[in-house]
Amino acid sequence: MLVIENIVTAYGKIEALRGVSMEAQEGRITCLLGPNGAGKTTLMYTVAGILHARRGSVRLQGQELVGKPSSEIVRRGLALVPENRLTFPEVSVRENLIAGAYLRLTRDKAGVAEDLERQLVRFPRLRERINQDAGTLSGGEQQMLAVARALMARPRILLMDEPSLGLAPLVVEEIFRTIHELNAEGVTVLLVEQNAHMALQIAHHFYLLEQGRITFSGVPGALQEDEVIHRAYLGGSGASSH
Amino acid sequence: MDFYIGLLQIFGIHTLLGLSAYLLILTGQVSMAQAGFFAIGAYMAGICTAMWGWHIVPALALGGLLSGVLALLIGFPALRVKGMMLVIATLAFSEVVRLFFFNFNYTVLRDGIPIGPIGAEGFRRIRYFPENGWTTIEVSLFMGLIVLLVGGALWWADRSRLGAVVRAVGEDELAAQSVGINLTTIKVAAMTLGGVIAGIGGGLYAHMTTHVEHLNFGILLATFAIAYPILGGMGSVFGTLAAVVFVQGFLVEGLRFLGDWRNLLFGLLIMLAMNVRIKQLGDVRLRNLLRGLFGLRRRSHAGA
Repeated sequence: MLVIENIVTAYGKIEALRGVSMEAQEGRITCLLGPNGAGKTTLMYTVAGILHARRGSVRLQGQELVGKPSSEIVRRGLALVPENRLTFPEVSVRENLIAGAYLRLTRDKAGVAEDLERQLVRFPRLRERINQDAGTLSGGEQQMLAVARALMARPRILLMDEPSLGLAPLVVEEIFRTIHELNAEGVTVLLVEQNAHMALQIAHHFYLLEQGRITFSGVPGALQEDEVIHRAYLGGSGASSH
Repeated sequence: MDFYIGLLQIFGIHTLLGLSAYLLILTGQVSMAQAGFFAIGAYMAGICTAMWGWHIVPALALGGLLSGVLALLIGFPALRVKGMMLVIATLAFSEVVRLFFFNFNYTVLRDGIPIGPIGAEGFRRIRYFPENGWTTIEVSLFMGLIVLLVGGALWWADRSRLGAVVRAVGEDELAAQSVGINLTTIKVAAMTLGGVIAGIGGGLYAHMTTHVEHLNFGILLATFAIAYPILGGMGSVFGTLAAVVFVQGFLVEGLRFLGDWRNLLFGLLIMLAMNVRIKQLGDVRLRNLLRGLFGLRRRSHAGA
């Protein structure tokens, strides 16, 4: 569904992504693991059109995304749940959600209202806090809000950048349950995680990104899993096995 | 009495100036270019009425339009810079405009007198209102109407979903992009509209004072423009209005009796005001707090 080929993204002279290729298949959860500084977030921003790739291609259902503005990419059905949630803190939960449906606000009021209701059914906690400023929510609630906001765009593929970051274990479990449910409903998910144990429990396929390159690709449960987890946390010490 | 009417007119004009900056600040852009747009509107509208014999309404419109077009042109390069760099870049723009008018000569003879901008001497005899028999009250009402229209439109847009989108850009550009908001469109549109509003304000200013010169449009004016929405707390249009009344009514006019000491106090008071920020005036939290103090039910602002 989403095919990333040879993506190079650089900050000035420093290449954060040095030719990344990977794929997220329709209806599946694909997980991208990697230590700090590997380039995971850079890759997410590049795919979402917030950063611009120097080379390479990203195709969503055959359509090229590189060079398109982020608004166009969201329109084509790709939504990003950014790292650190990035809700709009001084705006109410309701308005945060509505902002997620920004692209069809004027054309499809009924549809937006319907989707809003759907998110509130999925996340009852958000309904309780609907008129509160997003900044007053707990970390877990904000993460749910960020997910719900992304879903308001009716994405075909959902990119999630470290949804478990800084959350309590119980909340993390809840978030992962949600990802699992969403996927069961047919949403394709590309998940970036450092919490490899949790991620590998729900992923169908995973990749390991180290220093701007994909160094491993496989399915969970394979023999090398322990070593991969080790590398996901600690970085490239185990390059010999590759 | 005339003094108070004149003061009201100054409030109106500075409110337009403040609102033009308010709109930009909502999208996260602090612009010192508003003084430049204000100057362009002032000279253009003055040229229209005093030299070309136009009616005041199309004159103001052309002033606003010209400022808007320039703001649109500024808007695109301005996207590339943020924060302090944008402040400096836009300040440079205002200075360019000011120095342009410092050197700008363009006059026509009317009744044997040259009329029009004459470089450093400025542009005298923008006497549309007295020549056409408008009374001070009529002029004030006319200005009031414009301020009401502009302020009302912004107030409405602010509370609509459009307002949420604009604020979203100001709060977090990354997040705004991730939900598909087109940053370029929103920021450039805000810059353009801000230019139009400042231009109209400038046009009114020229006709109120009947005489403008480049010195009217310096750094102080640009600072005022951004000080109003910031002092006003960026909560709403009313915060900006309150800040205009505070600065122009109290700091500038109210302390006039202090003579030269006022200038010393002026800076001090601005610093004080920034620190104890009247933020609180336009701010939802304080509003709710005040409501609570007076026993009114706390209204949730968010549903609006």
